[in-house]
Amino acid sequence: MTHHDEGKEIKVGKKQEVSGATEQTRSGLVFIPAVDIFETEHEINLMADMPGVKPDNVDIDLRENTLTIAGEITPFEEANEEDLLIEYEVGRYFRQFTIPELIDQGKIDARLSEGVLKLVLPKAEKAKPRKIEIRT
Amino acid sequence: MFTRGLWNLPTHGLRSHFDELDRMRRHLDQVFRQVEPSRFAGRGAGVFPLVNLTETAEAYVLRAELPGVAAENLDIQTMGRNITISGERMIEVEPSAKYHRRERESGRFSRAIALPGDIDRDRVSAVLKDGVLQVTIPKAEAAKPRKIEIK
Repeated sequence: MTHHDEGKEIKVGKKQEVSGATEQTRSGLVFIPAVDIFETEHEINLMADMPGVKPDNVDIDLRENTLTIAGEITPFEEANEEDLLIEYEVGRYFRQFTIPELIDQGKIDARLSEGVLKLVLPKAEKAKPRKIEIRT
Repeated sequence: MFTRGLWNLPTHGLRSHFDELDRMRRHLDQVFRQVEPSRFAGRGAGVFPLVNLTETAEAYVLRAELPGVAAENLDIQTMGRNITISGERMIEVEPSAKYHRRERESGRFSRAIALPGDIDRDRVSAVLKDGVLQVTIPKAEAAKPRKIEIK
């Protein structure tokens, strides 16, 4: 593992709101978490930024080949606070992915720390590349 | 916002429209800030992280979303009425892996925010939890609202 882009200045990333109200049945803002997805020989890794979400409030669902990640947040502003400057909004997180690989469902590992969800999806045995020996 | 009191009229239907307009305005503010950062931020200060600033009678409360930033990589300083949040967000990269998405930003940041009133520098406290930073900045005695008794 290496750190990349050292010394680079971070760019401001505006939170992306879910568009298309049809997929949500509840009111309130819904954001698309920024993700990194990378694949190694044995697993697919997903990292998602979900600030404000507590570990108990994440919902991960893998059904057929659709992976759904959702996070609930509890409002953290107190009732006696008056807004002076509001640059970002707060809301739930929701995003779906199609995972073409066969995943070993029983071995999925999910962790949430510092507002970042880390998912490890191990590939099922038959999805791993297998070298075929050619006999002579 | 400053004008929130105006919207607290018993017209709930209208209110949501005002909220929507308010959000559009904030969005435009952000766009302009990106185009012309010097107009909004102090010299050498960036626009990351985005912050929300609120106040109570006793204190200012500053919040910022900093997922994946460890407390040891975060530096908070006050100077006069200004507060600076700086640090670095480090994202590990797996060199041998094949990346399908890479949307999460890494790098250094520094953001200065001018508070509207005098602060009690000695009692500033900060909590970083679940990727959200919350800085509570008590107001200086002179900056607190005072109720005047009418004799």
